[in-house]
Amino acid sequence: MSQILGLAVLFLLLNLVAGIWRVARGPTAADRMLAALLFGSTTVAVLLLMAEWMTMPALRSVALLFVMLAGIVTIAFFGLPAGKDEQ
Amino acid sequence: MNFQDGIAVVLLIAGCFFYLAGTVGLLRFGDVHSRLHALTKADNLGLMLVCAALAVLAADWRISALLALIWLLGLLAATVSAHLIARHARRGWE
Repeated sequence: MSQILGLAVLFLLLNLVAGIWRVARGPTAADRMLAALLFGSTTVAVLLLMAEWMTMPALRSVALLFVMLAGIVTIAFFGLPAGKDEQ
Repeated sequence: MNFQDGIAVVLLIAGCFFYLAGTVGLLRFGDVHSRLHALTKADNLGLMLVCAALAVLAADWRISALLALIWLLGLLAATVSAHLIARHARRGWE
């Protein structure tokens, strides 16, 4: 089971590496933020798998923190849409 | 390998497949909206399947609840991000 978890971690990390190509290529800022979204969700899965694989329960808390921050990144980058009276 | 591990492996492989689908969509699709469509849905399904596999492996209520919470927060983050990115991309066109 341990080997399978390790393989899954490796596979997801390869997904991350493939995502870097989109960050480099662009062409727009929205594409790069999409890659950041991919990094967010994949990293959470990697952390959860590693918590089970290396029997480090603390990594689950790290994953929880990461997923909480994942949404904030995009909001920080693009800003929330303006309300009706501000437009 | 017992029955429980078997279920977990099947779920894990399915999760990895959906992650792969999301990444391939991000790399291959033509414009921002198609990429958004491929990535946000496939990745969160993948996260759900990986979380389900780990919950089966852990066989513990506390860990399962934490995994479910992480998945729901992931869904929320993806929804908000997808909405904002789509909005930004459409503004860029006009």
